[in-house]
Amino acid sequence: MAEFTNLLLGPLAHPFMVRGLLAALIVGIVCAILGTYVVLRGMAFLGDALSHTILPGVAIGYLLSGGAHGPLFWWGLATGVLTSIGIGAITLQGQVKEDTAIGVIFAGMFALGIALISTMRSYSVDLAHFLFGNVLAVAPSDLILTAAFGGLVLLLILVFYKEFLVISFDPILAATLRIPAKFFHYLLLVMLAVTIVISLQTVGVGLMVAMLVTPAATSFLLTHRLPAMMAVSTAIGGFSAVAGLYLSYYANIASGAAIVLVCTGLFILAFVFAPNKGALWRTLRQK
Amino acid sequence: MAAILGKRYVHDVQAPSISAKGVTVQYDGTRALDEVSFELERGERVAVVGPNGAGKSTLFKVIAGVLQPTHGQVTLFGVEPQKHICVGYVPQRSQVDMSFPVNVRDVVMMGRIGQLGVLRWPTRRDRQLVQESLELVAMADLASRQIGELSGGQQQRVFIARALAQGAEIMLMDEPLTGLDVKSQEDILHILDELHRRKVTVLVATHDLNQAAHCFDRVMLLNRRLIGLDYPDKVFTSVLLWQAYGEQLRLVETKGGMMVFSDTACSGDLE
Repeated sequence: MAEFTNLLLGPLAHPFMVRGLLAALIVGIVCAILGTYVVLRGMAFLGDALSHTILPGVAIGYLLSGGAHGPLFWWGLATGVLTSIGIGAITLQGQVKEDTAIGVIFAGMFALGIALISTMRSYSVDLAHFLFGNVLAVAPSDLILTAAFGGLVLLLILVFYKEFLVISFDPILAATLRIPAKFFHYLLLVMLAVTIVISLQTVGVGLMVAMLVTPAATSFLLTHRLPAMMAVSTAIGGFSAVAGLYLSYYANIASGAAIVLVCTGLFILAFVFAPNKGALWRTLRQK
Repeated sequence: MAAILGKRYVHDVQAPSISAKGVTVQYDGTRALDEVSFELERGERVAVVGPNGAGKSTLFKVIAGVLQPTHGQVTLFGVEPQKHICVGYVPQRSQVDMSFPVNVRDVVMMGRIGQLGVLRWPTRRDRQLVQESLELVAMADLASRQIGELSGGQQQRVFIARALAQGAEIMLMDEPLTGLDVKSQEDILHILDELHRRKVTVLVATHDLNQAAHCFDRVMLLNRRLIGLDYPDKVFTSVLLWQAYGEQLRLVETKGGMMVFSDTACSGDLE
């Protein structure tokens, strides 16, 4: 028992580990709750794309500040909000097919980001941090921003719970109830952009979509109502963040990857063993 | 911002429940609706029939205020549809994601959102209205079931209950009877009778001409243009049916009356 306690408490002797754990926990929870709407509304590709389009904004901030990390958050936030509104306008316009439009913007912006970062001397190290995150480099000021903006996203989800529910379940009902669906659509995109920016240091651009989709998708297999889906998703997201970080500490593997692997493992378990919706029971019932 | 705050309008009880004047909807060059004009009184039950692509769903969307007509206008109780939250739209089951994590009670509660407005949570009165609506469609026992676990007829009843909880005075039902067994169809037709008693104006899109003739006050025959709107025996004449369906129906006049065969084997759109 004492050994197990040591195993848990050992890493906490390092302040950077404590900050990293807190940041990962907040990110895991916010992504997991917002992720329920990403899963239910089929926005996985959009979320993936949005995280990539933030790269050039972060890169410009990085170049202008001469490599300082402080202003990156705000550059990322501005870019994220602008591109989310841009993508929202394209998807509501309907001239180009949605996934095509997203694909074009996403790859274009991502290329611009890589091009900008490649002008720097420390190219490969910096790029790796943006792509895959570096949760152990979270500064105290980063932690405060993460908590504040994460809290804001959660507050909005709570306050507009019934509006987001109805525009996601039945857009025609939302229209006949005169709920301004466009406004809430954009709001959700902006919330997605904010969530992506606060998660950038934890999992990076490349693995972002897993944090949004995997806990919520796992929870979808285990629950029947949205509040329960959000609660279970939160538990999975929070657990994966913490367990992943310990895994990364002891197995000496990249932190973002470790967190995502724990999420994925839980998803596979639920996919096979979930009561009712699990693959195992479905096959057993068919026989 | 007025829309967000849920501003509501008082109904002019003298005005027709639904009034359409020269409603035309144009989608990229093709006309989905062409100069459609009619008036419906409160509490009328109207079957809307016509071939595939006749514009039934388009008409419903215009009445619901979800789609703006290219020309002409619709008024509900004398006021444009966008100012009402009393239009209940009962969707086709295939248009709803039945795997969505909501139970029967959650779905019906969604009908209350328009009255509640933002930043307000359902009160005891809202929960009571939801319960009453569920009892009216005999779904109170299954209130805690996830909607995907229900049969087609039960799902349809839940969506009618939602429109009731919404306080709908006009209900638009897009093929509520399609694909249901006879018992489920009868259950829904009974609910339509109750709606009639409650003075709810009901428009039902259907493919079943027999049901349209027997279970509704009036029949609207639509094929982009309004071909007829009258009592069933006035509308179901060989001339009007031919105008609406053309080659898709075969009509045989016999001594006992008219026989109608629908040619479902090739029910493609004649566009």
